[in-house]
Amino acid sequence: MLYRETGQYKTSYSADQAMFPILQDRVGLVLILIVAFVGVPMVATQYTYTGILIPFLILALAAIGLNLLTGYCGQVSLGTGGFMAVGAYAAYNLVIRVPDINILLAIFLGGGISALVGVLFGLPSLRIKGFYLAVATLAAQFFLDWLFIRIKWFSNYAPNANAPDLVIFGVSFSSPLERYLFVLTIVCFMALLAKNLVRSRVGRAWMAVRDMDIAAEIIGIRLLHTKLLAFAVSSFYCGVAGALWAFVHLGAWEPLTFDVNRSFQVLFMVIIGGLGSILGSILGAAFIFAIPILINQVPATFGMPISTALAAHLEGMIFGSLIIFFLIAEPHGFARLWQIGKEKLRLWPFPH
Amino acid sequence: MQFTRLALGLAGAASIAAPLAFSAPAQAQNEQFVPALVYRTGAYAPNGIPFANGRKDYFALLNARDGGINGVKIVYEECETGYATDRGVECYERLKGKGPTGAAAFSPLSTGITFALTEKAPADKIPLLTMGYGRADSVDGSVFQWNFPLTGSYWDAANILMQHIARQAGGADKLKGKRLALVYHDSPYGKEPIAVLEEASKRLGFKFDAMPVTHPGVEQKSTWLQIRQNRPDWVFLWGWGVMNSTSIKEAVAVNYPREKMFGVWWSGAEPDVLPAGDGAKGYYSLALHVAGAVAPVHQEMIKHVYDKGQGAGKKEEIGEVLYNRGLMDGLFVAEAIRTAMGKFGNKPMTGEQVRWGFENLNLTNERIKQLGYEGLAQPVKVSCQDHAGVHSARVQQWDGKKWNFVSDVYRANQDLLRPMIKESADKYAKEKNIKAGCVS
Repeated sequence: MLYRETGQYKTSYSADQAMFPILQDRVGLVLILIVAFVGVPMVATQYTYTGILIPFLILALAAIGLNLLTGYCGQVSLGTGGFMAVGAYAAYNLVIRVPDINILLAIFLGGGISALVGVLFGLPSLRIKGFYLAVATLAAQFFLDWLFIRIKWFSNYAPNANAPDLVIFGVSFSSPLERYLFVLTIVCFMALLAKNLVRSRVGRAWMAVRDMDIAAEIIGIRLLHTKLLAFAVSSFYCGVAGALWAFVHLGAWEPLTFDVNRSFQVLFMVIIGGLGSILGSILGAAFIFAIPILINQVPATFGMPISTALAAHLEGMIFGSLIIFFLIAEPHGFARLWQIGKEKLRLWPFPH
Repeated sequence: MQFTRLALGLAGAASIAAPLAFSAPAQAQNEQFVPALVYRTGAYAPNGIPFANGRKDYFALLNARDGGINGVKIVYEECETGYATDRGVECYERLKGKGPTGAAAFSPLSTGITFALTEKAPADKIPLLTMGYGRADSVDGSVFQWNFPLTGSYWDAANILMQHIARQAGGADKLKGKRLALVYHDSPYGKEPIAVLEEASKRLGFKFDAMPVTHPGVEQKSTWLQIRQNRPDWVFLWGWGVMNSTSIKEAVAVNYPREKMFGVWWSGAEPDVLPAGDGAKGYYSLALHVAGAVAPVHQEMIKHVYDKGQGAGKKEEIGEVLYNRGLMDGLFVAEAIRTAMGKFGNKPMTGEQVRWGFENLNLTNERIKQLGYEGLAQPVKVSCQDHAGVHSARVQQWDGKKWNFVSDVYRANQDLLRPMIKESADKYAKEKNIKAGCVS
């Protein structure tokens, strides 16, 4: 009943091609945006911003980036951490080496450089596929790790790289709320872009390649172009996410921040959120990032006197079983689960 | 299907419950909140646990024996970081605002977390105690106003080890033409001493090889094959956690004499040598303090905390190297709070006041005796120019059962290190637009 689209007629092409064809979805999205931009700032504490929301949003952005590559174009990548590192270090070097550069520009140029590196490491994808490609991108991860640890020029000969103050067009983003809004704006903007991208010719080409690359080639899609574009766009998103992680979230970082565990973390977000879904990337990021922290805090919230170590072990156990449970319940991830939920709400309260 | 319905229900419930769980509970008034970033799980847990226990026990002792500090009860809360920087930052954000006056001071016990918090602490006005770790240049308190690398930095450690091998060789001029290898944890932590050792190798004319070991350090075969080929005259070990014991085992495997291996003070605890068994015999490391339950504070600990069943660990573990280091970390935080109370009154201190306490911390020998740390802690006097307070250490050797001191107290050569610290700190200040200066 809640999701019944009866009576919502599409009378024009643009209505037919709308991103959210159902009224309820549009209303829901507007509500979520209002909550994110207005509601959250009214109630959230500093900890909510800096401990949960900002890192979650940045990881969601990285997950969207990886989902474009893995979920839409079908190229499995384990190099996300490396591409994030490229974004972070490129933006950092732009800031310290180019005088008076706008930080926003530096962040996006960092993404751009990451895109170039992504294309470079995407080249093998023309010859190797599936698991083998995953291993090849893993090499990218290790190479980039090595590069930033070993070549001191990248961190300006300092033990670690330090983010500059976030001053953009004379506006200083220093308080947690300002930083949250800054990240939220970028993530919303880039998520919208990604959503439109995957509905465009480019996105359709990606999906054709994913579903069967030989067939795609036969109908005239150039594989080289399409795959490398997917690597470029994906790495751009990851690079921007890496720069935000470094500049907005951490403030100072070492290469270990973007090690292979980060790649796995983002890949798990994409898998459990739903391959080939922008919404799934965001839900997956929320699940993988926030649920462990939530579980970790449950004992303390209810005043349960258990030791820190036990709480940490419980966190791992419960979180692990949740992953297994959700993957058994719905192997296609949260995005599919949400689809099913919508179907149920459509019939509710009178299911067959 | 039932499963799907359950999954939907769970997801729905979680999205409603999540915002509730993150809301903060109420706080009592006359209490000092002391946060703890610990790692009792993960690759570095064997080393993280004794440190966390020692620190926790010291505050438990203060509460049980003295009723807190000057009548202000300590509220102590741990947060598990697993040595991961992002979890460390999350824990910091979770704990920094708790208690009536916020967190007193943070000791992350991780160089990565220290770096991230170094950027955050000034804005939140919370001091960072990085006892024997962190950035070497944070000794300069005019730039790093909120960092306190008490008892010395890695540059001090490298310098002290150089002094020791020079003395063993019979003078610094005897080092010419020799070969030194540094086996280090491939992270900012492990890389810290390289600058000092490179400088020394140029000045004294010995050959220096830096050999990185990838985190967490269980795979070192190639490094030790290189050592087997090069046969350096000494190996310095800059490891942490499982890397240390692995290095010693590999040294046994390539038959490199343990008597030529020198670890930093983070590579000289029981979990580092015990896994290597008899092979570890003869291995040296730096020591910031004595190993073993020898100080009066240990007896007090057993009497007031462990006999009441409130200890964080096992009674037999009291006096382990890292336990003692946790005790000292706790001592420094407590004494900084006490020093601050001397100026601001006996009430819960804010982070800013505790920072003043750290900067004016003066632990004399008499005071250390009063506190029951006799034989455990060295006198420390902190000033704005010197946030370490003391730059000395001794060398200890593992005899298969326990650590024994084999040297006097070395003092790091500050005439040599000061200019390097200044240069590095100035560069940081310039990059971050910090106006260097002392605040009183």
